[in-house]
Amino acid sequence: MKNEVLLTVKNLKKYYEISQGMFKEKIVVRAVDDVNFTVMRGETFALVGESGCGKSTTGRTILRLVEPTAGEVVFKGTNLASLPYEQMRSLRKQMQMVFQDPYASLNPKKTILQILMEPLKVHNKFDKKERLRKIIAMLKIVGLSEYHLDRYPHEFSGGQRQRIGIARAVILQPDFIIADEPVSALDVSVQSQVINLMLELQKEFGLTYLFISHDLSVIQHMTDRVAVMYLGKIVEVADTEDLFRNPKHPYTQALLSAVPVAHPKEEKKRIILKGDVPSPANPPSGCAFHPRCPFALEICKTKMPEPTTFEKGHTANCHLYIKNEEEIEYVTSYS
Amino acid sequence: MTVNIPKVTHTTQAIKVKKQSAVVTFFSNLLRSWTGMVGFLIMILLLFISIFGQWIVPYDPLLADFSKKLLPPMTDGHLLGTDQLGRDIFSRIILGARVSVIIGLTTVLIAGTFGTIVGIISGYFRGWVDVILMRIVDVQLSFPFILLVLVINAIIGSGLRNIIISLAIGGWVIFARVIRSEVLALREKEFITACVATGVSRTGILFKHILPNLFTPIIILSSLQIGTYIIAEASVSFLGFGVQPPEPAWGNMLNEGKDYIFSSWWLITFPGIAIMITALGVNLFGDWLRDTLDPELKGE
Amino acid sequence: MSDKVLQVNDLRIRFRNGKETSQPIRGVNFHVKKGETLGIVGESGCGKSVTSLSVMGLLPIKTSEIVSGEILFNNRDISRLKEKEYRKLRGNEISMIFQEPMTSLNPVFTIGEQLSEPLRQHKKMSKSEIRNNIIAVLKQVGLPRAEQIIDEYPHQLSGGMRQRVMISLALLCHPKLMIADEPTTALDVTIQAQILELLKEIKVKNEMSLMLITHDLSVVAEMCDRVVVMYAGEVVEEAEVNELFDRPLHPYTQGLMKSLPSNNERKSKLFSIDGQVPKPSEIGEGCVFANRCPFAFEKCFAETPPAFNRGKHISKCWLQDPAVKEVMQNEERSIVNS
Repeated sequence: MKNEVLLTVKNLKKYYEISQGMFKEKIVVRAVDDVNFTVMRGETFALVGESGCGKSTTGRTILRLVEPTAGEVVFKGTNLASLPYEQMRSLRKQMQMVFQDPYASLNPKKTILQILMEPLKVHNKFDKKERLRKIIAMLKIVGLSEYHLDRYPHEFSGGQRQRIGIARAVILQPDFIIADEPVSALDVSVQSQVINLMLELQKEFGLTYLFISHDLSVIQHMTDRVAVMYLGKIVEVADTEDLFRNPKHPYTQALLSAVPVAHPKEEKKRIILKGDVPSPANPPSGCAFHPRCPFALEICKTKMPEPTTFEKGHTANCHLYIKNEEEIEYVTSYS
Repeated sequence: MTVNIPKVTHTTQAIKVKKQSAVVTFFSNLLRSWTGMVGFLIMILLLFISIFGQWIVPYDPLLADFSKKLLPPMTDGHLLGTDQLGRDIFSRIILGARVSVIIGLTTVLIAGTFGTIVGIISGYFRGWVDVILMRIVDVQLSFPFILLVLVINAIIGSGLRNIIISLAIGGWVIFARVIRSEVLALREKEFITACVATGVSRTGILFKHILPNLFTPIIILSSLQIGTYIIAEASVSFLGFGVQPPEPAWGNMLNEGKDYIFSSWWLITFPGIAIMITALGVNLFGDWLRDTLDPELKGE
Repeated sequence: MSDKVLQVNDLRIRFRNGKETSQPIRGVNFHVKKGETLGIVGESGCGKSVTSLSVMGLLPIKTSEIVSGEILFNNRDISRLKEKEYRKLRGNEISMIFQEPMTSLNPVFTIGEQLSEPLRQHKKMSKSEIRNNIIAVLKQVGLPRAEQIIDEYPHQLSGGMRQRVMISLALLCHPKLMIADEPTTALDVTIQAQILELLKEIKVKNEMSLMLITHDLSVVAEMCDRVVVMYAGEVVEEAEVNELFDRPLHPYTQGLMKSLPSNNERKSKLFSIDGQVPKPSEIGEGCVFANRCPFAFEKCFAETPPAFNRGKHISKCWLQDPAVKEVMQNEERSIVNS
């Protein structure tokens, strides 16, 4: 089960062109720049990174909510990136999305019944009676009741709306769900409820998640593999436990060390990065991380690093591991 | 999972209860704002006299009686006096209301429908369609509204039907503009993206998701535009292009009365006041409607 | 007494919306000592932001009203000050940083113009003195190129830099108390780490007290000396930070801590508090947390618990009532004996 590839993303690119006026050159923003990864059936694959790193755009490009500039998205053997609109539309029943903002992602003029009925109607699943039965069953699974059917979204709290958003995604029984920061708009106590719900649903329906988040503690808790993104590129991929135990890329190391402590007595060695994330419209040459990297070498300024593979599919794009043994030692001992 | 389907009946009931409560909230909101209330009452009054006007007028508004010409107000049973042909001004104003209401409502219906369609097409499909349509709108917007209406009237002739046509041709651009920008904003909303992700077709998104959310701006804009059209009709009629005498309309009453402005002030004063009150009422109501329906302004 | 910079006693605030009234703050007590960092934790709608706004005198005048209680700043009640007097205090002795660094700066003024405002208001300084002061403060918050940034506009700066500008704005007049309302919530983790570090540093350097309002327990663990936990408009627990994390007494605090993913085994079902925060209209007699509390018993629904002290650890929970404890212990004993 675990070894079956569900989704492969190859050289995915999404560039935005910003016109500067008639006689100026267009600015090209490389939101997603040559991203590669595979997602296995049944696993939870995480994309983590800071705002503007392109993780959300990657998710939306996979679902063709944003048209890709180049690259392939192979889902169950079909390349989605070149699929005609109508075929893509009918394929959507197999891949759904959960959005970050539960306030913006539900149409304020529709009742819960209408919101949940829509996917079933659109994909022409079940007859009328069966649909209603499914909807009520789904509401119960996500912890609401049929009493809520005729309510409008504004009558619900943020956590309940996110449950509705999840119900809408799961009701078609898709194989694959992209969850774009599904819990970051929620309060702590509600966040844990929604995470539990997502874990339960995964077990019950055998779902595969692409989990996009900036919250490392949530990622550590519920994902199997992680890809770390920085400025539109993936800099490190590893099994979740492996990544948290033994991060290779200096950016990952800094990111993990920046997570606040869980207990005041806990002492933490911080790598405080200097400066801010550069603009994706004007990324640094070579390795995009080099201006902030505490270990940057000369080569980092000019040459983009190729991925280096470590054990168990752990890869990192960093020159430190290409150069020589000594430096590897230095970096790993630091973490 | 066992499910009892009979419960569905309570579904429809609940919806009915909701709709009723919407009417209740409408009036309770209205009672809270005196400007909205005044506007609403003026509009109701206007509607009433335009429907029942011909049964409540004290005199025949078309009946000329030269023995009674140019009587000042409150003489001989003529509340607002008589005009140069001895016709009762009060009766003529009441019957003139019908012209204003018909023109206001029909024009807004035609201009609103056409403008909304153009706005939706432009905003939703964007690209070159949008560019062409919006340039047409731009060109027309750079032409003074009244002048445009006059020119069209000069070409196609005067009369009630033609003035409605010319006002609609002049007025649709505002709708196209506003609705286009609404659609542009809606398109980017996350719940529309969610529809795409669900697999809803383009037409489905347009009619089931974007259109219902346009309802509020359309209502608001329409109520404000009605006032504009009523004033425009009066202006055009005043200039002699609109509704032709002897049929009474507020605008042509002004036109006929302008020659007597120094000797008999009441000929133009009372139709003028009628136009003012109507426009004021419609605008007050429109403003109130905008304030109550716009969630961002709510609670202020 | 004199070591308390700020003291809030039995504060109650009422909001009016048309004919409806709600009371988001019902009897809040806490104090901030000189030089300490007090954390106020709670979820959205618990009243933590309303409390901080009331300290700043920034509550909407038309729709809100302080029903009872007092806010003592340096032993002077400021809760009923006139707007004019408040203006002397605000930005001068008490200052505040907000959550959104993007919207709290005015886009049409340069950084220098915005920062000179409080100095012109509160201090008598010449133009060059003001400029020098601003540059010094900008450097203090770790902004590179302070001499240039002073003449730049907010949109030319990144989110982290804007938050630094906001902090320097709050620092300008050397306040005795700084209120930070979710200062890092809108920022990325690596930037958050920078800003938290900065806040710690400037607090010591400027000898001021910090009131940190947040929903994030780990930020509290990182920053605070003492913590106040708020729930549905009430303070439910107050303790030293180590004490709170070691021995949370109130079931709500316990639940919050247990529901953090980092306190649960990977992939396991997270602990979660059932149900929802009650709406202000739903709050009646009894403990506000009773409907979600796993330990609730009859008394919790009938009577509002008072604050029970255990040394400096205060919690508003009937389980901490010595009488209740005795009964429970007896029961336990009787179970053991039988």
